[in-house]
Amino acid sequence: MSITEYFNLLFTDYTLRTISLGTAVLGAICGMLGSFAVLRKQSLLGDAISHAALPGIAIAFLITGAKDTNILLLGALVSGLIGAFWIRGMISKTHLKSDTALGLVLSLFFGFGMLLLTYIQKQPNANQAGLDKYLFGQAATLVESDVLLMVLVTATALVVVLLFWKEFKLLLFDPDYANTLGFNTKFIDILITFFIVLAIVIGLQTVGVVLMSAMLLAPAAAARQWTSSLAVMVFLAALIGAFSGVFGTAISASQDNLSTGPVIVLVASFFVVVSFVFSPTRGLLFKQIRLIKNRRDLQLKKTLQFMYGIAQTHESIDHPHTIRILNNFQGFTKKSLRKMEENQWILLNKQQWSLTLKGFTEAQNLFNQQTQHE
Amino acid sequence: MSSPQIEIQLIAALVAAACAIPGVFLVLRKMALISDAISHSILPGIVLGFFITQDLSSPLLIVLAAGTGIITVVLVERIQKTGLVKEDTAIGLVFPALFSIGVLLIAKNANDIHLDVDAVLLGELAFAPFDRLLLLGIDAGPKAAWIMGVILLITLSLLYLFFKELKVSTFDVGLSSALGFSPALLHYGLMSVSSITVVGAFDVVGAILVVALMIAPAAAAYLLTADLKKMLWLSVCFGVFAAISGYWLAHWLDASIAGSITTVLGLVFLLVYFFAPKKGLLSVMYRQKQQRTEVSLLTFLLHLNNHQETEERHINHLREHINWQQVKANTVVGLALDNNLITITNEVISLTTKGLSFTQTALEYIITNKDDKIEHLKDDFFLFRG
Repeated sequence: MSITEYFNLLFTDYTLRTISLGTAVLGAICGMLGSFAVLRKQSLLGDAISHAALPGIAIAFLITGAKDTNILLLGALVSGLIGAFWIRGMISKTHLKSDTALGLVLSLFFGFGMLLLTYIQKQPNANQAGLDKYLFGQAATLVESDVLLMVLVTATALVVVLLFWKEFKLLLFDPDYANTLGFNTKFIDILITFFIVLAIVIGLQTVGVVLMSAMLLAPAAAARQWTSSLAVMVFLAALIGAFSGVFGTAISASQDNLSTGPVIVLVASFFVVVSFVFSPTRGLLFKQIRLIKNRRDLQLKKTLQFMYGIAQTHESIDHPHTIRILNNFQGFTKKSLRKMEENQWILLNKQQWSLTLKGFTEAQNLFNQQTQHE
Repeated sequence: MSSPQIEIQLIAALVAAACAIPGVFLVLRKMALISDAISHSILPGIVLGFFITQDLSSPLLIVLAAGTGIITVVLVERIQKTGLVKEDTAIGLVFPALFSIGVLLIAKNANDIHLDVDAVLLGELAFAPFDRLLLLGIDAGPKAAWIMGVILLITLSLLYLFFKELKVSTFDVGLSSALGFSPALLHYGLMSVSSITVVGAFDVVGAILVVALMIAPAAAAYLLTADLKKMLWLSVCFGVFAAISGYWLAHWLDASIAGSITTVLGLVFLLVYFFAPKKGLLSVMYRQKQQRTEVSLLTFLLHLNNHQETEERHINHLREHINWQQVKANTVVGLALDNNLITITNEVISLTTKGLSFTQTALEYIITNKDDKIEHLKDDFFLFRG
């Protein structure tokens, strides 16, 4: 499928349009709220909650017997919230650490959910099929009303984030300070957690239990690399999330047998890798370049200092010496000597070098700086 | 009980025991979530291994898939070391990506391989007895039991051989490297054992139950004891108990065995979580309430000490002054009376000599803030606790 074909389809094909819109909105809300989760060091909360939502779906179905998406998601929301608050309770009241608490809630709730799901499947109720789409997610089952719900939730989340922006920010970076200023930190904390759970729950249908955590994390982790401002990060994360959703849907639509959820996650992971490598301030590539530059600079100054040591033993600074005597000091190359000449630290004359006045003072100051620091 | 039933329970018990042992160390080393990451990210390893071996229970596949588990651990550590993201984010980034690759590999080759994601995540214990191991043409029992038995045996012998080293490096990394036990070696050893256990167990009980079997028994045991050996024993017992009773629950409900084992594990953990004698929720909350009352008592006595005027020490005035609710005031005054720290005459409260020396000691602690002043305070003065 070529790009123009894709765009044609995007405007004519109802399913593709719905799914693209749905995944874009989902990516945006996950990116936005995921930023808070990542900065609060609760990255894996999403993983635990998405698994914890499963029994809620099963119980909601058992009670109502209907497969209405909204009711099932309500069940998921309730059990996700129970999971989230149990994690918190466990960490604060016992000596179990957060990783154990997360792992416990994740596996125990999920196992219980599986028990209920298999129990439901054995029931003589024709309605039960299709519950397992929440396990791995089936973006293809998205219909307009689902997307509408997503848009609604996203809009609410956006309004709340904007309303409580100052409080959220304060709580993220200095909860004690927020507390002393008289903010109800417990309430704000619950508010953030509630919306994170909400975002996870509406994403279950699309990407499924297992991959939901990546939807929450990856855009935020990628956005974090490009900025140190919360507002920019939230915005960027939402953008990256939405793009991952649209790209992922496009790629999975272009071929058979490519499930949408995993493709979206891989696209988001690709964004993370790119951000890790190419971000100008934190990226690995530029960090490495800066490291090499610094190392060269240091090497150059070391050579200069060695020359200074030699020149000091002579009466005049510009007394020429052969390059050969630098041999017992390994830190020079032809290139580094030329570089020093460019800096006007030394004068090169065939096989000989001599310090210039500029080089001499430079080395002297270098030495002074060093002794001052010691 | 028919023979497949016994075999299923045997396999479940073996898996539970094999998972519980590395689980204890993962929980103690605060790496519980690594098991979750490994259990998901072995999927591409399993798929690739399946392409090569065409047999889900071949040892080569187990080694290949366990390799993917190690790669996950290394990747997480490498990403974490760059300092770009925190450890938990690194875990959360790596395993969904690897899992996605696995899912896509399966989806793309759905026609060629007899493997589906449900089976990997959830496993099907009920089918395990049908895959028999034939030795020289003789039926030697279910393959899964042999695999898990071997893994358990390896785990046990490694545990026996390196118990001291594991113990030291778990609780004191610095001491361990000073003594010459390489923490890195032990770390990767533990990771390898965990990976192999996860892979060996996945096609029996599924990836998620593996996580439950690793973390839940260890966490429950951790709430009950602070002794490593006892903790190991307890968690193995919890695991095996949950495996066998979970099987019967599934039998009764006609539902997934893995799911019901996890549910039993959850119930066991919940029970321990609430009722553990020292570290359970109820006892912690009781202790906190006790401490609150005792701190209130201290404030109350200090208040009495500060005021000689009778109107300040009148029982009704105190209730207004310190702004306590009726019930709380009664508790605190009652406790003080029980401990013989105050006397009440004509509704005016005064300190006894014992109460006076108690406040003196407490004041000394408040002024100097030295712990040895307060350490014996409660034992010396309290006959009854709050």
